[in-house]
Amino acid sequence: MITKRIIPCLDVRNGRVVKGVNFEGIQDVASPVEMARFYNESGADELVFYDITASVEERKLFTDILTEVAQEIFIPLTVGGGINTLEDFDRVLKCGADKVSVNSGAIRDQGLIPAAAKKYGDQCVVLSMDVKRVDGRFMLFARGGRENTGIDALEWAERGVKNGAGELVVNSIDTDGVKKGFDIEMLKAVADRVNVPIIASGGAGCMEDFRELFQDPRIDAGLAASIFHFKEIQIGDLKRYLRENGIEMRI
Amino acid sequence: MIAIIDYGVGNLFSLSSSLRYLGLENKLTNKREDIQAADRIILPGVGAFADAAEKLRQTGLVDTIKEETAAGKPLLGICLGMQLLFEKSLEYGEHQGLGLIPGEICPIQPDLRQPLKVPHIGWNSLRFTEKAYDEGKRVHPLLKYSRNGDYVYYVHSFYAKNCGENTLAVSEYDVEIPGAVANGSVLGTQFHPEKSGSAGLAMLKAFSEL
Repeated sequence: MITKRIIPCLDVRNGRVVKGVNFEGIQDVASPVEMARFYNESGADELVFYDITASVEERKLFTDILTEVAQEIFIPLTVGGGINTLEDFDRVLKCGADKVSVNSGAIRDQGLIPAAAKKYGDQCVVLSMDVKRVDGRFMLFARGGRENTGIDALEWAERGVKNGAGELVVNSIDTDGVKKGFDIEMLKAVADRVNVPIIASGGAGCMEDFRELFQDPRIDAGLAASIFHFKEIQIGDLKRYLRENGIEMRI
Repeated sequence: MIAIIDYGVGNLFSLSSSLRYLGLENKLTNKREDIQAADRIILPGVGAFADAAEKLRQTGLVDTIKEETAAGKPLLGICLGMQLLFEKSLEYGEHQGLGLIPGEICPIQPDLRQPLKVPHIGWNSLRFTEKAYDEGKRVHPLLKYSRNGDYVYYVHSFYAKNCGENTLAVSEYDVEIPGAVANGSVLGTQFHPEKSGSAGLAMLKAFSEL
């Protein structure tokens, strides 16, 4: 049986892992390479690295870190942040990424997903979307969740998949950092519209939140950052707990 | 030395890194001499079958691969590389493979009875088939460091069919997906051992000792 996946996300800035709460008030946590080793040994099914740097120098530091991780950790690695062109895909794939996650880049250039899917295959292209309720509708946000694009998020998801996105990361701005559970309502709405794997992000606070998430068979993976970084939840404990609750897990 | 055939299909960074991590000398190459000089050959690949088959033909290496494997040199095909070892694929038309393992590559979608997602992406458990064991009940050398039930990482939309005689291990995804196949010294994994954590490394190590 195929398993549900548990994915820690490492936001990297200036060579260090950071984690924001509601995308603000970032705190330093630790070395990305050390954390990647730790998560690999703890049973993480996949790792996501978000490059939240701005300058060219820091970007070089990020790809050096990625290369170091990819040389010793042999589980799928997804890279996002600052992916705006095919050259950006190429840059991180050469450093050992398996999948590339696009967010604002896909909004700015709607030809990016189809071009990347054609060149690298659908399996390589992950569409990451930051979504927030506005007047009862799910709206797509850009610029790290700061700007309402005016685009309907469900239509965006559907279009992204038609264009060749092989997986979706759905990050709920409404539940991000709040630790009261994933945004099940939002995730179900997205799952109604697409038939590719859905990675849920934003809101995990305890192990029960993951159990509740995986009650919907259409949700494939749960992604979280701070609860893993601060060891509020150990991935090994989480996976054993989920398996005891009848959810297929790689242990 | 393990020759990893570089024919412009897919990202070989992880594969090369994982072999290096195991202390196994390897070389990305599209040169006949390298493949002849190697102890073992790996045929990687992601993407579409027809495109990859054409690119492989353009390297002019197909005959070399066939000669070397006929002489008993171990060959491991990974993911699309495994699919290329079969007789043919029905991925968007009908395309000829290398014909080193009997069977064909077919789409998963029409065979599903449950509404599962395709591609089949993620970690799935391997179940050894009876073909994984010889008459003395010893497990196939490719699986000697593996455990029945090990989880491995898949990403694919097509799968091998009519190859039960050569299937060492399967994964369940409503249909039975042949995960590891072998025909003499010609071996293949539908999953990515270079992305399957310690279970994958164990299989690459076993391959290096064949």
